[in-house]
Amino acid sequence: MRTITVVGASLAGLRAAEALRQKGFDGTITVVGAESRLPYDRPPLSKQVLAGEWGVDRVQLRDEERYGELDLDLRLGVRATGLDVAASTVALADGTTVLFDGLVIATGASPRVLPGMPDMPGLFTLRTLDDAIGLSDAVGRPGCRVVVVGAGFIGSEVAATCHRRGATVTVLEALPVPLARVLGGEMGKVCGQLHVDEGVDLRCGVGVAAVEGDERVERVVLSDGRKIDADVVVVGVGVSPATAWLDGSGLALRDGVLCDDRCFAAGSAGRIVAAGDVARWHNPWLGADMRVEHWTNAAEQGDHAAKNLLAGPDAAEPYAPVPFFWSDQYDVKIQYVGHSAPDDEIALVHGSPADRKFVVLYGRDGRLTGALAFSRPRQLMTYRRLLAEGASWETALAQEVG
Amino acid sequence: MALEVSVDADKCMGSGNCSFWAPGAFDLNDDGVAEVVDLDAVPEEKILLAAQGCPTQAITVTRDGQRLAP
Ligand SMILES: Cc1cc2nc3c(=O)[nH]c(=O)nc-3n(C[C@H](O)[C@H](O)[C@H](O)COP(=O)(O)OP(=O)(O)OC[C@H]3O[C@@H](n4cnc5c(N)ncnc54)[C@H](O)[C@@H]3O)c2cc1C
Ligand code: SF4
Repeated sequence: MRTITVVGASLAGLRAAEALRQKGFDGTITVVGAESRLPYDRPPLSKQVLAGEWGVDRVQLRDEERYGELDLDLRLGVRATGLDVAASTVALADGTTVLFDGLVIATGASPRVLPGMPDMPGLFTLRTLDDAIGLSDAVGRPGCRVVVVGAGFIGSEVAATCHRRGATVTVLEALPVPLARVLGGEMGKVCGQLHVDEGVDLRCGVGVAAVEGDERVERVVLSDGRKIDADVVVVGVGVSPATAWLDGSGLALRDGVLCDDRCFAAGSAGRIVAAGDVARWHNPWLGADMRVEHWTNAAEQGDHAAKNLLAGPDAAEPYAPVPFFWSDQYDVKIQYVGHSAPDDEIALVHGSPADRKFVVLYGRDGRLTGALAFSRPRQLMTYRRLLAEGASWETALAQEVG
Repeated sequence: MALEVSVDADKCMGSGNCSFWAPGAFDLNDDGVAEVVDLDAVPEEKILLAAQGCPTQAITVTRDGQRLAP
């Protein structure tokens, strides 16, 4: 391979480029990114950047010197619009094409919007640094009333940060309990209670009928007809993998780029890998296809997929991580590792939810399937290792974590 | 030349990524902050993965005064 092209200049794409150089690849690495900024970190967007504490400089993933060392052909501010697998070319929005011997797809995900909702000032989604700066400016105005649609992790972080900034915050969640699909009903309630305890108005089981306003956002109309006045509405109803540019390419797209257990895109003859939020791959740890929308996976899979691309299909290694994520809300550091189902059994093994410091385990069919911690990073590590080893429920319960 | 590795305790947010990917080389202390334990415990590639996969760029790796990560 002489030329490797990476599409998507964020965490997974950057980690792929780094891994290629680390493995001694000295050919051309072209990195195509739709955003004109150098790769930056997204988790701080809903935390320190929204809080007004960190500026643009603090969220850079690498300093400029590093890009020089990596010797990348960086094409920023230009979107890839198409892929021709047979011709080995990527078409770009500026009319040019890029030839590749190997391709890394790392275009991540984009926020979902509410159907039929007009684009108007005061209505936000949060994915990019510019989104975060715009939202931070809006929320900083005295007396700002914020409605957050969706009590998932990003919505909850936005609510927490806006509340800390002095805004009046209402969170609307369509489900009866927030995060129940990820953490189960009981732990979802514990997460929801954080908002309530802090004085944020959390309303579950309500949908949004409309966002209204003349020039800009003025109110949210709920599905039951009630209205909430608002200066800012933040929609956090999940993300979709950014695969539109791959339509018609012949690659299999199933809510993400479908890949085998070594991150090779199905039907790509070992020349195309995908990594990060955009990739749905067969995770041998789980024994099923999955797509993960979290930082640690994008960092690790970018590295792993790129190394596999260089090694070739015969030498490539399966990618079998235990999914892990964190979320910072109010003064609580939420960390979750594993992949449990909402109806898995749970057991409290450390601390207590009332103190906001605890570890809860998830289990099914005699196996440990996940672990959730509030502000207990060291204790959670023990279970992260056990999950990687495929530990039984019994072994996990017998573990001492002090 | 061996790697030189340091963790900036103020930046570490206790993700545990380093101690998971490079077990024995890093560990979390009682405050949930990573510390360097034994760099020979894992191959160098794992140390680099840990440093480049640290969510807060708290781990610096150098060799011969040259910075390898982040
Ligand atoms: C506000 C916020 C807070 C978060 N907080 C946490 C957290 O606390 N913990 C956690 O674990 N995870 C968190 N995440 C998730 C984490 O940031 C993502 O999992 C991670 O950014 C995924 O990296 P990626 O490189 O796969 O994709 P992305 O970061 O989405 O990057 C994809 C890049 O590709 C570009 N692109 C898309 N289409 C094209 C195209 N056609 N051509 C060229 N370029 C294209 C995009 O513009 C983008 O720059 C958060 C995310 C957000 C938005
Ligand atoms: S990876 Fe970074 S943030 Fe995570 S525990 Fe290690 S040093 Fe701390």
